[in-house]
Amino acid sequence: MIETILGKYNYWIYIALMMIGFYAMVAKENLIKKIIGMSVFQTAVFLFYVSMAKVTGGTAPIEMHHAKLYDNPLPHTLMLTGIVVSVSTTAVALALIIRIYKAYGSIEEDRILDVEKESSGFE
Amino acid sequence: MTLTEHLPILIIIVPLFAAILMPLTGVVNRSLCWYFTVLVTFVVFLIAISLVCNVMEVGRISYRLGGWEPPWGIEYVVDSLSVFVLLVVSFIAFAVAVYARRSVEAEIPAGKVPLFYSVYMLFITGLMGVTITGDIFNLYVFLEITSLSIYTLIAMGPNRRALIASFNYLILGTIAGTFVLIGVGYLYMVTGTLNIADLGVLLPKLYGSSAVLTAFAFFTVGLSLKLALFPLHIWLPNAYSYAPSVVSAVVAATATKVGAYVLLRILFTVFSVDFDLSVVPVTYILIFFASLAIIMGSVLALSQTNIKRMLAYSSIGQVGYIVLGAALTNELALTGSIIHIFNHALMKGSLFLVVGIVVYKTGVTDISEFKGLGRKMPITMAAFTLGALSMIGAPLTVGFVSKWYLALGAIDAGMWFLVPVILISSILTAVYFWRVVEKIYFYKPDTVYEVEPVDSGFEPGTDGCIVSRLEAPVTMLVPTVVLSILCIVFGIAATLPVEIASRAARLLLGGG
Repeated sequence: MIETILGKYNYWIYIALMMIGFYAMVAKENLIKKIIGMSVFQTAVFLFYVSMAKVTGGTAPIEMHHAKLYDNPLPHTLMLTGIVVSVSTTAVALALIIRIYKAYGSIEEDRILDVEKESSGFE
Repeated sequence: MTLTEHLPILIIIVPLFAAILMPLTGVVNRSLCWYFTVLVTFVVFLIAISLVCNVMEVGRISYRLGGWEPPWGIEYVVDSLSVFVLLVVSFIAFAVAVYARRSVEAEIPAGKVPLFYSVYMLFITGLMGVTITGDIFNLYVFLEITSLSIYTLIAMGPNRRALIASFNYLILGTIAGTFVLIGVGYLYMVTGTLNIADLGVLLPKLYGSSAVLTAFAFFTVGLSLKLALFPLHIWLPNAYSYAPSVVSAVVAATATKVGAYVLLRILFTVFSVDFDLSVVPVTYILIFFASLAIIMGSVLALSQTNIKRMLAYSSIGQVGYIVLGAALTNELALTGSIIHIFNHALMKGSLFLVVGIVVYKTGVTDISEFKGLGRKMPITMAAFTLGALSMIGAPLTVGFVSKWYLALGAIDAGMWFLVPVILISSILTAVYFWRVVEKIYFYKPDTVYEVEPVDSGFEPGTDGCIVSRLEAPVTMLVPTVVLSILCIVFGIAATLPVEIASRAARLLLGGG
């Protein structure tokens, strides 16, 4: 029991981070906070990949001469791509938020809905 | 190596480089961008056609990126299923590109037009990549390329609500994409491979593993969100209704189809039919939600007053058909499902293009304002009627072909109670399209549109000739009419697409 909790602590952290990020994405009203949640959510997945790459006693896969055991480098490279995707998504999201702010004068979801209601009332 | 051997990579490289070159082209001359887009999409379409010929001749084509052998290197796979989707997507992309010029000029600020076409090219790159890749991590990356370009395209919509729609889609799309990434992670953890074919070989020994079950759950939920299966559809109506008309058409016709393609790949190539049927009862869950989608999509479409929104809800119902066919897991139903990918792309494409023309010419999207349009734009409205008939599933149209196969598949699977679901939805579809058709043909116009050719910024005769008073320019009219005529052509001469689809279905079910 303790083995599963302590021995795999990074997986527990991954799940906790993922749920925190997921919660923020869904429940927060502020658009920037949603994006922060999104970053946490995606970064948690990077932690998951990097954790699975670890080989007990393994070392970084660059030291070719001394060590016999290496960590699996593939998940690391995958996550480089994952980081690129995450950064691009964040960039698009932030650009959208700037335009939303210009169009509505707010980045709070309820305020935006109010503005929307007012304007449709006038039509 | 000859050029033919490199076709699988060219179909991605060509639009990708076009996307980079597009802003430069825009610097030289803004109006060149459209010609360039049409040229590139046409080349992509030609590549897809020659791939179809190759696959028909030699069967599965495997392309090794950089010469690395499959389980280690990235592999591109062209088989009868992926080539079918490639053909559909590239054809729609080409037709919409031809159509795009006027509509984009009218709806998008002139300075942003080159960027619009650039993102359009990226979107095509993503769709092609998702379809052709044989590597599951590559698939995730292409899926995200597609999604990111869709968010951008939607945000270019003329109404500021497009921004909110795009943002909401971004949040949900990222959740979906990350779920897929987590699924990939769990599969890699237990198998150590990312190659889809290799996963299909290695996984059956590990079906009991909870990591595999977790991966499967993440894939199913993530992809259902991407393709807007009923309870996860909330991003779709706003995204489709506020996007620029061109974007609504191309996204509705291709993006959810490619999502469905990925679901088929995961359900049948990565996992096997045995897994879907016996290890977890996922097919029953999917059948339930698909039936719900079919009925609810139609019911919700019935209550819409905005035509774009009505078509969006009807898309949700149509996605239900595709998933239903997949979940029934027999050859007939799967054929119906795959052919519906093609058929729905044709009919929804043509319907959204018609709406684009109406918006371009009159600016109305409210169904009540469609009164008397039948007299003003007879050709466009004839195209709409053909599209509507196909959606209903009238005999001699493509809609009938796919519904017929789905119904046969349902009976074959012993689930006869699904036949009434299909019938009820067809009746509801008839009702909500009849509302529009009635307005078009049986009401007198109560407003007179004073839109003359001069207002829309071009001279008649030079480039787009005016067919009748309100009829759209030729570049818009031809793709629309071609798509709607194809709805009839492939409804009558259904043998060819059905043959490719049933081949693909046999391939998925493991029969070869």
